[in-house]
Amino acid sequence: MNIVIVGHVDHGKSTMVGRLLADTGTLPEGKVEKVQATCRRQGKVFEYAFLLDALEAEQDQGITIDAARVFFKTAKRDYIIIDAPGHVEFLKNMVTGAARAEAAVLLIDAGEGVQENSRRHGYLLAMLGIRQVVVAVNKMDLVDFDQGAFDAIVAEYRGFLAEIGVEPLHFIPVASRSGEMIARRSDKLTWYDGPTILEAVDGMSKQPQQENLPLRFPVQDVYKWGHRGDDRRIVAGRVEAGSLAVGDEVVFWPSGKRSKVASIEAFSAPSVDRIGAPRSTGITLTEQIFADRGDVISHAATPPAVANRLRVKLFWLGRAPMTQGRAYKLKLATAEVEARIVAIHRVLDASDLGSSTDKRLIERHDVADVTLALRRPIAVDRAEDSEATGRFVVVDNYDIAGGGIVSAHALDAIAEASGAERRRGLLGHGPALVNIRGAAARGRAIAEALEGELIGLGNLAYVVDEGASAAVIASLLDAGLIVIAPGEANLVDPPAPCVDVALGGGEGDVILDADVSAAAACDAILGELASHEHLRKG
Amino acid sequence: MSQLQDLEDQGVYIFREAYKHFKELCMLWSIGKDSTVLLWLARKAFFGHVPFPLVHIDTSYKIPEMIAYRDQLAREWGLTMIVGQNRKALADGMGPERGRLTCCSALKTDALRETLNGTGPRMRMQHPSGEYVEDTVREPFTGVIVGARADEEGSRSKERYFSPREHSGDWDIADQPPELWNQFKTDFAPGTHVRIHPLLDWTEVNIWEYIEREKIPIIDLYFDRGEGRRYRSLGCAPCTGSIESCATNPAEIIVELRHTKVAERAGRAQDKADAYAMEKLRRDGYM
Repeated sequence: MNIVIVGHVDHGKSTMVGRLLADTGTLPEGKVEKVQATCRRQGKVFEYAFLLDALEAEQDQGITIDAARVFFKTAKRDYIIIDAPGHVEFLKNMVTGAARAEAAVLLIDAGEGVQENSRRHGYLLAMLGIRQVVVAVNKMDLVDFDQGAFDAIVAEYRGFLAEIGVEPLHFIPVASRSGEMIARRSDKLTWYDGPTILEAVDGMSKQPQQENLPLRFPVQDVYKWGHRGDDRRIVAGRVEAGSLAVGDEVVFWPSGKRSKVASIEAFSAPSVDRIGAPRSTGITLTEQIFADRGDVISHAATPPAVANRLRVKLFWLGRAPMTQGRAYKLKLATAEVEARIVAIHRVLDASDLGSSTDKRLIERHDVADVTLALRRPIAVDRAEDSEATGRFVVVDNYDIAGGGIVSAHALDAIAEASGAERRRGLLGHGPALVNIRGAAARGRAIAEALEGELIGLGNLAYVVDEGASAAVIASLLDAGLIVIAPGEANLVDPPAPCVDVALGGGEGDVILDADVSAAAACDAILGELASHEHLRKG
Repeated sequence: MSQLQDLEDQGVYIFREAYKHFKELCMLWSIGKDSTVLLWLARKAFFGHVPFPLVHIDTSYKIPEMIAYRDQLAREWGLTMIVGQNRKALADGMGPERGRLTCCSALKTDALRETLNGTGPRMRMQHPSGEYVEDTVREPFTGVIVGARADEEGSRSKERYFSPREHSGDWDIADQPPELWNQFKTDFAPGTHVRIHPLLDWTEVNIWEYIEREKIPIIDLYFDRGEGRRYRSLGCAPCTGSIESCATNPAEIIVELRHTKVAERAGRAQDKADAYAMEKLRRDGYM
């Protein structure tokens, strides 16, 4: 199990980890002696933190620069402890460390109380999706193990965490330097009857099982080696949520193409006919379709959304601020797509939650609520529905410069890209969707008549097959076409001007009898389309 | 053993990311247990294939069995094998008697850098003859997969899975890119390269548990062959000491490791030269 230790600089994270190692007998023989000898040679007083801050630069400055990984075990299980730096300069390293963790211990210095990074780290833990948090009020020796001092910090910090929806498992008074309440109880803290750090950590659970959720299998790559007699075509990736079995019908998003699982492939392992999260695997299909990296495989009943507009909460770590209009690379699961900010709703400083809504750019260490426009639609979920397909990183130049979680999504055909505007100029009309519902055979006939009429008037119109996927329709709309879709178009949120035609009654923009003539239907629909001013009229 | 399975799945995921993003990709194979586990993971990731070359730096001081074992596996598994060497330093008589760090620096660090960036010679194994012929391809490798583990010593515990290196091979420890949610640094400026570490979260015990579970054919220098001694870590013959042990198979090694408190690299002389020796070597591009 991975646990991260976070908190403000100098609140004693490395000392606590060093103490945990020493008190549980996890250190290799000679490690303490080696570090003590180095200290003697350099004329320094030994500290438990030196066990971790093994890097030269850190011992010189006495602060942790990067997240070190330490292996440690209790009677219950093995742990990797990630010691994250508390200095704000190294926030990206704290994020790196914390993102690998399933639980966190957040330290607050009893003498200094809640500081800027106590809050910032708390906020980032929530965004990173870490729900198991223990707060340790450290250096209790500096306040004479006073319960009043402890209670005051607990009250203040609990209030802050409540605002961002985090409910810690425990608040624990400790003194790392002397080992109080780390691995053993303390006779100086008799007023405290909760668990020690070690007990609290052993009481946490592994990440909740992802296996019972709807299937999300992002395609990482497709292999066909074709040598050494191997002709398999293997769709490879990691099952991020749910499970799949040989024989399952699966759908590839955003294309909506379907196929069936023929086999689950593995090298030098017993063959299986079902595999679930979080396994890396590969499958072959009964029917070959064009699948590629970035696709997400689901079952038909539980699809992800297909969207090109995302409302997100993100944190920024880049040196250069994130600005509106600039193109960034967004990486979500295995998909990579160009993204631009189209609206900044709120920018806030995570260290005090004070927001400044008029800020036009997102600076280093800011947290923001923004809307992103993607260059093309991708398969996506809200983070609360599916973690792996609901969170992303932003690449600026060559580096990951930020990360975020998706809170809402939409499919919007009128993209910000200038290409759409230019196509509109070229065609002389904008995109529109005509959805003809009800009376299938009649609907098809009307659709074809309408297509003929529209083309005759100089419009680029196209009838899609019944049951065409939302992604296909969105692409055609993005290309600027007037798309005529007989049957249910299944667009949750129609991305372009839409004329809803109901045959045989019901609700719609145009309501027609089921036996209406094609000519009369065309007239009525053209009239409605013209009112949208999205039409060439000859 | 869900922990081992988790480690395998993460390693496989990293391999596939590396293969997808780096056109000039290679893997360093030291013939030791870690990089042999790495090689096995590659075959897991690519369903029995290893779709990139393996690079071995031959200091000429390696234990002879290591070279024989390397060539045997390379032939059996159909591996693309590339061997690099600092011929100039060897011709000038470089060896451990000139100072261990000096020797490591010339025969490992410099040889590795020059093999990777294509300025040094690359010998490529021919199949099926097994002969080595000088390679005409000298494209610099932009992605280099390495078997480093975080628990080996302090500086390695701070590595990323995807860790950028400057043109000189330098590692800027204080300014590493963030890495989260299995999104890695796969974009890089021309002239730089990225080290990729699929085994970062593995411990020495995990390595042996996996060797046992998968029945990976590991070089037998790690086992007691009747003298009551075995190697715990492999390197150059003059600088690698064996340890007292009667372990003859992975299961016995696991039992032994669970009861020892001696550091793994205790037998490696170069680590002892200076408190920060490994960090210095790594900053300069040592694997």
